[in-house]
Amino acid sequence: MAGPATAGQQSVEVRGTVVIDVEVCKGCELCIEACPPRVLTMTEVERNAEGYLYPRLHQGCIACGLCAQVCPDFVFQVWRYDTPETVSLAEVTGS
Amino acid sequence: MTRQLLEGSEAIARAMVNAGCRFFAGYPMTPFTEVLEHMGKLLPDAGGVCINAESELEAVGMTWGAAATGTRAATGSVGQGLALMQESLSELCQARLPVVVLNMARGQGDYYQSTRGGGHGDYRHIVLAPSDVNEAANLVQLAFHLADTWRNPALVLGDYYLAHVFESVDTDRVDFGPVPDKDWKLTGATGGTGHARIVSTVANDRLDVPDRLNYGQLLAKMDDRIERMRTGIEPMMESFRTDDAEVVLVAYGTPARYLRQVVRNLREDGVRIGLVRPITLWPFPSDQMAAVLERAGTALVYELNAGQMVDDVRLAVAGRADVHFIGRSSFDEAGFGIAPDLDVELLTIRVRSALDAVAKEVVS
Amino acid sequence: MTQLLPVIPSSEPPTRPGKVVDDFAPRLILPGEHALCPGCGEPIAIRSVVEMIDELELAARSVGVFGIGCYTAFSPKLDVEVLQALHGRAPSLATGVKRAKPDCLVFTVQGDGDMVNEGLQEVIHTAARGENVTCILLNNGVFGETGGHMTATTVLGQRTKNTLEGRDAKRHGYPILMSELLAPLDGVAFIARCAVNNAVNITRTRRWIKQALSMQMAGAGFTFIEVLTMCPTGWFIETGEAPDYLADKIAAVHAVGVVKDISAADKTASDKTAPDKTGSDTTR
Repeated sequence: MAGPATAGQQSVEVRGTVVIDVEVCKGCELCIEACPPRVLTMTEVERNAEGYLYPRLHQGCIACGLCAQVCPDFVFQVWRYDTPETVSLAEVTGS
Repeated sequence: MTRQLLEGSEAIARAMVNAGCRFFAGYPMTPFTEVLEHMGKLLPDAGGVCINAESELEAVGMTWGAAATGTRAATGSVGQGLALMQESLSELCQARLPVVVLNMARGQGDYYQSTRGGGHGDYRHIVLAPSDVNEAANLVQLAFHLADTWRNPALVLGDYYLAHVFESVDTDRVDFGPVPDKDWKLTGATGGTGHARIVSTVANDRLDVPDRLNYGQLLAKMDDRIERMRTGIEPMMESFRTDDAEVVLVAYGTPARYLRQVVRNLREDGVRIGLVRPITLWPFPSDQMAAVLERAGTALVYELNAGQMVDDVRLAVAGRADVHFIGRSSFDEAGFGIAPDLDVELLTIRVRSALDAVAKEVVS
Repeated sequence: MTQLLPVIPSSEPPTRPGKVVDDFAPRLILPGEHALCPGCGEPIAIRSVVEMIDELELAARSVGVFGIGCYTAFSPKLDVEVLQALHGRAPSLATGVKRAKPDCLVFTVQGDGDMVNEGLQEVIHTAARGENVTCILLNNGVFGETGGHMTATTVLGQRTKNTLEGRDAKRHGYPILMSELLAPLDGVAFIARCAVNNAVNITRTRRWIKQALSMQMAGAGFTFIEVLTMCPTGWFIETGEAPDYLADKIAAVHAVGVVKDISAADKTASDKTAPDKTGSDTTR
């Protein structure tokens, strides 16, 4: 399964990605909790024009769409790849 | 033209249906109840809907909803019921919706309510005051025409007599001419087109429409609309024996019928007296009335209340004629507005003593 | 030990071939930000409503009657015909619209302050008459737009502007459970209470809204959807805490589930999601 890599995992299967409309986000963080593979984290320093922290996407999206469902501000556009992408951990983490 | 002997309530109901009214909602209250009953019988056969609403508040709400679909819709009650409807009636002006509202009033205490309004903010209703069943059958149809033309509520001020007197009346549809197309009406059809319509008191259009007004701007536009109605609607007044009158009685609605006979009686005694009867209470026929009253010099205002319309008479003449109030409230035991004072002989005595009092003033 | 993988760009559509499975805003909501608070559940509920209208292909026959509350901000933001009502009065307007245009899908959107305080009479009578309209209650237990005072649905113990020590039955009375109040009326065909505090509940919300709207078009009678929504501002909590607060405090009293369904009369009990007072239905 995709998401934070557990010990011993060599690769993750990435099923999709999201486009994040950062400027309409109000920093409520509901998406962070809602994401099953936990690939969204909030910025800690960068803020949008309204002054809100906003979510960033980490590698490992499964294109479930739950972030879009729970978001009150229509921040997410969810893409599902035609074929999943296998991402080698060594490549992305350099380990 | 087909004449039938009908009770006023039925005549009004038939006239409304013939004018194309296809939705009515109301709550029973004396003397409005029979209009609701007749609409309940007539509308289903005409393909319309009549609902006994759970209160006057919901009656005007249902009428609001039906009117928003472009359907000719009406409601009504008595002054007390209209009191409940005031928020909605003022907001309907803001929503720019045509509805016809009947007040089958108990007496004439609702003049202020009708013309000044008990709702919030600035608004005006178009107000028509028939004085007999035939006129009521005509004016209620005119009310739909005016409401549609100006996209504003139109009130028809009736009373117990208009509700219950039988007259030979023609309720056929009257053609007042074309009304603007209801290109604002809601039927669902513009949904999903990128241009869905909105009928709202707080927003005149969707957020993506370039010149949309904000709520504050929308509220301020009411001034223009009031002015356009004030100047655009033809005020109506009846003048009776006023050409050479030295004193003119002023009355609206049912009392005017009695006073017309008082004028005839006094004329036979050589008194140069006449009567003016406003038919549109808003816009009030100020200019026409002022012309007549100023020529005569003295006006005696009669209404079944402590003095309400008299304010508008005084405003119309602006001091250029003497205006005296000779009315008073007069009720039957049940308070329904069958006025013991409405008696030609009693009124003749009342007018004569008013004339004497005025003459004494002139002399002294 | 788990480890987060690196952040990747997310401001542009991907170059890898794929398709959009969830677009930013539904077709029937105009794009652009809205002024509702961070973490508010109402946009999620409204999104569910318009998405179901689109799924049922009813956009060109729908009229939404809006009450007055925070959600009124959406009334000029929809590509669905909208009629604005006064506070509490949407059901009577909806009745007038539906009776005049019976082929339209007519629904109301009202908050708890609007429907259960100001307009309780309207919704009860509309339900009792069996009007073929769908009334949708967005229930967050506060008068949001005016600053967070108690409503008739505020639960005991809930802090609001005028119950800062928590609603106390002796001083402030008891909450009204709107779905249960309407259920015994014969004119009512379907009532479901749902929530938008997590994806499972949002899915239920969509499913039950779709059922209510379908039943309306089939002429089944009055349908009612009560959606529990988060209001972190009104609840004096952080946005991230609101979903759990909803589950623990609000849904513990206003239980999620199908409360009445005349179309399920012939089905077995297992087909229905019965209201569960322990709150296990409101999964985290």
